[in-house]
Amino acid sequence: MNEKDLTKKAARMRRDVIRMLEIAGSGHPGGSLSAADILTCLFFNVLRHRPREPQWPDRDRFHMSKGHCCPIWYALLADFGYFPKKELESLRSLGALLQGHPDSKIPGVDVASGSLGQGLSVSMGMALAGKMDNKDYRVYCLLGDGEIQEGNVWEAAMACAHFKCDNLCAILDHNRFQIDGRVEDIMNIEPIADKWKAFGWEVIGIDGHNINEILNAFEQAKKIKNKPTIIIAKTIKGKDVSFMENVVDFHGRAPTQEEAVIALKELADE
Amino acid sequence: MSKEMMYQRDVYGNTLVELGKEDKSIVVLDADLSGSTRTSFFNREFPDRFFNFGVAEQNMISTAAGLASCGKTVFASTFAMFATGRAWDQLRNSVCYSNMNVKIVGTHAGITVGPDGATHQALEDIALMRVIPNMTVIVPCDGPQTKDAIKAAAKMQGPVYVRLGRAKVPTIEGLGNFELGKANVLKHGLDIAIFACGIMIQQALIASEELSKSAIECSVINMHTIKPLDVDTIEKITEQVNSIIICEEHSVIGGLGCAIEEVLAQRGRGVRVARIGVNNRFGQSGNSKDLLKEYNLQAEDIIEAAKKLHSKS
Repeated sequence: MNEKDLTKKAARMRRDVIRMLEIAGSGHPGGSLSAADILTCLFFNVLRHRPREPQWPDRDRFHMSKGHCCPIWYALLADFGYFPKKELESLRSLGALLQGHPDSKIPGVDVASGSLGQGLSVSMGMALAGKMDNKDYRVYCLLGDGEIQEGNVWEAAMACAHFKCDNLCAILDHNRFQIDGRVEDIMNIEPIADKWKAFGWEVIGIDGHNINEILNAFEQAKKIKNKPTIIIAKTIKGKDVSFMENVVDFHGRAPTQEEAVIALKELADE
Repeated sequence: MSKEMMYQRDVYGNTLVELGKEDKSIVVLDADLSGSTRTSFFNREFPDRFFNFGVAEQNMISTAAGLASCGKTVFASTFAMFATGRAWDQLRNSVCYSNMNVKIVGTHAGITVGPDGATHQALEDIALMRVIPNMTVIVPCDGPQTKDAIKAAAKMQGPVYVRLGRAKVPTIEGLGNFELGKANVLKHGLDIAIFACGIMIQQALIASEELSKSAIECSVINMHTIKPLDVDTIEKITEQVNSIIICEEHSVIGGLGCAIEEVLAQRGRGVRVARIGVNNRFGQSGNSKDLLKEYNLQAEDIIEAAKKLHSKS
């Protein structure tokens, strides 16, 4: 897909996020919207996958370590036909396929997530299995910036470099907010790039809403050998919905019906 | 009881090597204790399928889930304390919730770790593992049963916790076949039934022999699988006796004893119950023999409990 189509598609995915969260009445819009461009690019232009064969052994893996942002993942999976689009309407309801956090029963989701800090380890397991089996698939893992306050992340960071997982690419959705406020105020994680470099990672810094920068970063990461890569994507929480942008309240609050109407208007195709 | 003594962890290490030869999907993980847990045996034979995570149990367990999602049968080992305690969230959310094919083999469980003291003596691990859905919990009682348990764990799909001790243990004679979820009835006696697991089987057998001399005849049942619990055997046995004793090298809260009592209470079984276990205390340093005495985990304690129960009947 070209830049224009990807931008359009990302807007559609954002609309799906708003719609499903409005129906669900709870969930996490902020981080879904901040990751929308990264994941749209990943799913349409980077990831090698077969939606009709979710367990295809040679598929690239995607694991959403910041599991609370699953609405954007669900929107993409539905768009690719991993499950009927209608499922989006029952997000978070009793007996629904689409749980409040990713569940491995969902086609396209390999391992559950939601308890923060574990996903980089899970992804490393997938990467190590690929190396052992001489497979050329790649593993992509989306981390949140509040999430990297978890110690487990740094255990995994150390190990990914130790085991030279160059088939693993992490993406940090650096939207600078966590549920209690600004990351820098709650528990400062800076200097982020220096930390990952010190742990032995290749670090690529980008604007996480610039389609070309995103695509180039993924391509660049493929060429890095003998070490893992992290793309630190500077993003805006709640991106493209004016009253959600950089508003901490929308980390974990769904839009009301009125808010959803405005949001969908703002996200409409021009 | 035979005079043969074995380290359960030696058996574990050797069994892993045996399984690794037959099944290339077996991958073994450890967190800087591979010499103690004996996963080092596997590393020696199959270095390409062994990963040491250093002192980072949380990372090890979540990585195990990722490996299992790609079709690997993963064995992850460290001391029982750290495998089940430090990485409990990872076990629950990354491994068990997605029903990943990960086998946690915790060694150095229980008070008999000895001199290392309380921080290293897992007395809550059975409780911690038993509460998680999808988890199977096995406590083999001797060397040969350890081999059976590890093989059974490898064969079944889904997460399993296997609890092993540090010290050498005597081989129990006449254990019979190991079948997951099916208790071994080692002795039949109609006065009292002793349900036990792990090293307490040996103590239960010594106690039952002594009690025979006082004309108290005991059944001894090896409850090697704590989950799924062999409810049928518990029901059958408690139809025959009025009193039971439950023995475990574990806290009296949440382990085998509680599992059996839950069944008894739900079925309205009016049997008297005595409990042998660690009574809401932390452990401490000492040699294992002294610790078993201090924490009332010896045959003598079972005998005393049996006599008390018997005098009331």
